[in-house]
Amino acid sequence: MGHTVIEKIFMNHSSDEVRPGNIVWLDIDTRTARDFGGPNVVKRLESVYGEDVALADPLKTYFTFDCVVPANNIPYANNQQLCRVFAREKGMKVFDVDSGIGSHVAVEQGLCWPGSIYVGTDSHLNILGAVGCFGQGMGDADIAFAFKTGRTWFEVPETIKVTFKGEPYQFPVTAKDLTLWTLRNLGSRGALGCAVEFTGDVIDTLSMHERITLSSMVTEMGGIIGFIQPNEKILNHFQKVTGNNAVSMPLPDADAVYSRAIEIDIAGLKPQIACPPKPDNVKDVEDVAGRPVNGVFIGSCTNGRVEDFHAAAKIFSRFPVHEGVMAKAVPATKGVFGELLADGTIATLYNAGVIISNPGCGGCASGQIGMTGKGEVQISTSNRNFRGKQGDGDTYLASPVVAAVCAVTGKITDPVAFLKEGVSR
Amino acid sequence: MKFSGRIWVLTGQDGRLIDDIDTDMIFHNRYLAETDIAKMGQYALDNLAGWEDFAKKALPGDIVIAGRNFGAGSSRQQAVDCFKSLKISLLIAESFGAIYKRNAINSAFPILEAPGISDADFVNGDMVEVDSATGEISGRDGKRFKARPFPQVQADILSAGGLFQYARRLER
Ligand code: SF4
Repeated sequence: MGHTVIEKIFMNHSSDEVRPGNIVWLDIDTRTARDFGGPNVVKRLESVYGEDVALADPLKTYFTFDCVVPANNIPYANNQQLCRVFAREKGMKVFDVDSGIGSHVAVEQGLCWPGSIYVGTDSHLNILGAVGCFGQGMGDADIAFAFKTGRTWFEVPETIKVTFKGEPYQFPVTAKDLTLWTLRNLGSRGALGCAVEFTGDVIDTLSMHERITLSSMVTEMGGIIGFIQPNEKILNHFQKVTGNNAVSMPLPDADAVYSRAIEIDIAGLKPQIACPPKPDNVKDVEDVAGRPVNGVFIGSCTNGRVEDFHAAAKIFSRFPVHEGVMAKAVPATKGVFGELLADGTIATLYNAGVIISNPGCGGCASGQIGMTGKGEVQISTSNRNFRGKQGDGDTYLASPVVAAVCAVTGKITDPVAFLKEGVSR
Repeated sequence: MKFSGRIWVLTGQDGRLIDDIDTDMIFHNRYLAETDIAKMGQYALDNLAGWEDFAKKALPGDIVIAGRNFGAGSSRQQAVDCFKSLKISLLIAESFGAIYKRNAINSAFPILEAPGISDADFVNGDMVEVDSATGEISGRDGKRFKARPFPQVQADILSAGGLFQYARRLER
């Protein structure tokens, strides 16, 4: 009986028998805590083991601050400082408030790699399935245990295979539309409790940022993680940043056992939008076009990469933000910000009237810009639109292109129609 | 490990086990400020229709049987601790919410998965014996059901008395 990708990663990190339903101990490659949850991890460690607690391996243990960065209130400032002092004493590295979203820092800096196991206090760490890493968010007790022992236990999940069929999409349709379309097909419980393997011709052609977008929303499908088999380019990236020539990703066996196989047809994919108040309330943009828009947020771990801002800049380089619309851009990391600065994208956004913030989670974690007030309508490129998550207003989820076009017209607008007909404002 | 005690079968009006009992039904968020485990028991299940008086009726050593996806919802530890507080000895369910399961195992509260148990005809007040190593549930009146035995990890954490106690053991 063959094994799926998650089973193979577990087998490489465990001496227990790996079979769906079994609980196994895993040796963790990297454990992290962010500014949300991090202070609780420290307090728990110190209360259980005392202040001189020794970590299993400080060089595999990190803080990544990304929620409220830099701190804009005193409790967060205190909490971040508490983590810094702890890190200094233990010899851990801190990716501080200037770094950006932890999961993206991990990908850029090689804290994770294909085939590795990475845990932390961020519930969207399963995004790392995009590069073939088993990433997982956990509570502060679990992460304190991981800091202390370098291990965690996990129940081996069943795996669903999702295969995409049909011609690849083209601009202005993007990976976010593919992602929302997948969510529309699977629903919010479609992958409940399962690991997912995404396959199909279109998947092979996706570049890193597109894979990140797709894997980032497996949480919203109820799944534990969504894996995409890394291509040559991604393996090369990790060889470079980890300095390890042996980075290799396990392949699923030909006779791997899947609990279900699902096919999703993407032929003729149109721009998609998730309407409030649930991420799986997905419609064609053209079917909800016309509602006035007050704000736009481009960023988050789902759509905060260089290419996401380039896509938005294709619109903003030709059209300015509509009067009265507050358009906000938050690059995922310092590295992303630097690239956008160097290639002129920041200037393009600025000249179009977009507000640009320092890297981090932005309004997604209610830490920085991007929140809405009651009655406000915002188009966001993030991954959750539950009531209250990004403020009291109505949040729609869409791609950076859809968000940019809405910013320009001041209403929900289908980018295909917009670009065909020219400007209708 | 062996358990023996009187059972509470969490059924609804239709007589079937209730599915998807979430953490707000188990321990409502209006009590979240409570941090003293000793005081949590009184609120257990008081937001579950038909079971509001559970805490008054339950006795130390009792065993609870629930339906599918027990403990869905939030990650609050109180939803586990309120049963500890009442000294419930074992919680059996068709299946558990993933976070609830982690919380229960990490805090050394015994839970047992028993897929299919809704078809067994256990009723409130039956006296049962449970062997967690084999998963065998046997009633004094001869009723029998085979649940999933405790996985090794769960047994290890349980015998250590919790995740952190288990960690201490790893160091030795
Ligand atoms: S951007 Fe939002 S979803 Fe992503 S890690 Fe930050 S807070 Fe979580």
